[in-house]
Amino acid sequence: MITLDTDDDRGTGAAVRLAQDHPAAGPTLPPPVRRIALDRPPTVASPAPVGTGPGAAAAARHVRSGERGPERMRLEGLSVFYDTNEAVRAVDLSIRQGEVLALIGPSGCGKTTLLRTLNRLTELTATARRAGRVVLDDVDIDELEVTTLRRRVAMVFQQPNPFPMSIFDNVAYALREQSRKRPGRAVVQPYVEEALRRAGLWDEVKDDLDRPALRLSGGQQQRLCIARAIATRPEVLLMDEPCSALDPRSTEVIESLIGELRAELAIVIVTHNLQQAHRVGDHVAFMYLGDLVEYGAAEQVFGAPRAERTRDYVGGAFG
Amino acid sequence: MATEIRTPGTLPPLPPYVPPGGPRRPPRRRRTGESLSTWRYGDRVAFALCWACGLALCLIAAAIVVYLGVRGVQYLTFTLLTTHPEAGLDQAKTGGFLDPIVGTVLLTVIGIAIATPIAVGTAVWIVEYGRPSAFARAVESGIEIVAGTPDIVIAIFGLALFQQHLFAPLSLTADGGAVFGRSFMTAGAMMSLIALPMVFGTTREGLQAVPAHVREASYGLGKTRIATIRRVLLPSVRSNISTGMALGMGRICGDTAVVIVLLGATLRLESEGSIPGFNALKGTGSTLTSYVYNNSPAGEGNAPQKAYAAAFVLLLIVVALNLAVDVIARRGSQTGLQNGRLGA
Repeated sequence: MITLDTDDDRGTGAAVRLAQDHPAAGPTLPPPVRRIALDRPPTVASPAPVGTGPGAAAAARHVRSGERGPERMRLEGLSVFYDTNEAVRAVDLSIRQGEVLALIGPSGCGKTTLLRTLNRLTELTATARRAGRVVLDDVDIDELEVTTLRRRVAMVFQQPNPFPMSIFDNVAYALREQSRKRPGRAVVQPYVEEALRRAGLWDEVKDDLDRPALRLSGGQQQRLCIARAIATRPEVLLMDEPCSALDPRSTEVIESLIGELRAELAIVIVTHNLQQAHRVGDHVAFMYLGDLVEYGAAEQVFGAPRAERTRDYVGGAFG
Repeated sequence: MATEIRTPGTLPPLPPYVPPGGPRRPPRRRRTGESLSTWRYGDRVAFALCWACGLALCLIAAAIVVYLGVRGVQYLTFTLLTTHPEAGLDQAKTGGFLDPIVGTVLLTVIGIAIATPIAVGTAVWIVEYGRPSAFARAVESGIEIVAGTPDIVIAIFGLALFQQHLFAPLSLTADGGAVFGRSFMTAGAMMSLIALPMVFGTTREGLQAVPAHVREASYGLGKTRIATIRRVLLPSVRSNISTGMALGMGRICGDTAVVIVLLGATLRLESEGSIPGFNALKGTGSTLTSYVYNNSPAGEGNAPQKAYAAAFVLLLIVVALNLAVDVIARRGSQTGLQNGRLGA
């Protein structure tokens, strides 16, 4: 048998099936581990190890209280078209401070498009059109200056994309130019330090802030990009599969960072990785072919999905 | 194994490490490529011709450099570099070529100073805006036409242009009101057309090589397009711009037609007017190329030794500029986003 990951095989998926058949019954289970096994049918998923591993530790981190933070963004009937192709169809969602909203769904289901609409990055695509309203703190985002909006709703991309300049300048770039006069190094230094500290990168780079940022490792580059994004103190942080280009160790660092940042801002994360969605997400939105199929607390979406398509997807039947 | 703990000071010095079986050497690479004997005869002939062409080009370049090097070392003296040229029948009294050297430097600086901002601005507009696209295409083919225009045509056009009364302040105006049209400024303006396609080409290639996600990252931070260009894109294509500038400067240094038609190709730097500094720009002069031409057997000076010496100096300048191109491109490939030399 050729198995492409190293986890032990445990069970035959019975636990997951049990949870699906009797949603109210057993305890909340993390989504199954999907692996590529060449001698088995492709749609079979093994259950996740229960009670051990990073998933369990992450579950403990979650803020599972009934009280929810203030709403920062609200999507009202949001549709996005590329030419005549409707990539996102009439989505209503609310994005709250103090929690992580994980967008999951198979490839091409409109997750990234939805995310990029939130800070009007879709406008860079010539064929994209938008219908419906997106509201940031009770103001329609169309009424905001686009640069102001993007500073308040910052974005971290799938590929780490630092600028070809020094580490310091990468973060300082986000801060500068907001004022008419270009502030000097001494002025922005404390803000740069604070952003790097919040991104958990300060201790690693504090001695050589003038090194080219492209010399950092992939995980460090991605944390630098997070530092750059949070330097302007945004209210919402959009993350488009921020760990998909990283190794497991860097992924863990960034996931715990997401857990810490959650307290101060609203985070929306797009991910292909259901395990990750379960680990970091407080609320999960499942999208399929442009529709928002299901939205709810992470335990509910993974443990007791209401829609059939969600059940199939988180159970590993497709996608 | 003994677990005796010693402080660093008490450790005995280690003997030099000798790997077992003598010093190691990486195994020799074995050629495992295909054998020529499996090729068709036509391919073998073509392969041999490719080699021959490459070797021939190397030989020609080496011949030029060696021949001019020998001649140059033979005739070049320090006084030639530091004395002004004189008119005279006796070769011993016609002086050196300080003025042409100064003229070359001056003209190159003027030309590249005019060309660079225009070329970089055009490249940025084409790559980052480029709308309406029909106009962008027109601009691109316009630059291609300028690049393909023979320098003598550019020179004649420049003369026709700068002899208009509108441009009278740029050159000598004769007593009757006729505009001379020849000066460092007019020649430099036309020289910029010769350097412009070089700078434009390398800058455009560099900008196109900057990945789209870098721009998106900047827009995603709430930066305007112009801030992105100024703070992210232009710094990352700096080495491409420098490469283009060095190439363009090489072209300007080596051009003769514009010098003869538009700079006057006078023996010495002739100032014009009374404003210090500006009068030299308004005046005429010559460069090393026109000096070589005038002192070759084809020219009126007919002092081949001096022509060789000046040609050697010119060659040194051009070779130095080419080396600069290589150095800049290599440094750019180490630190920038691009890999290697682009558009050169």
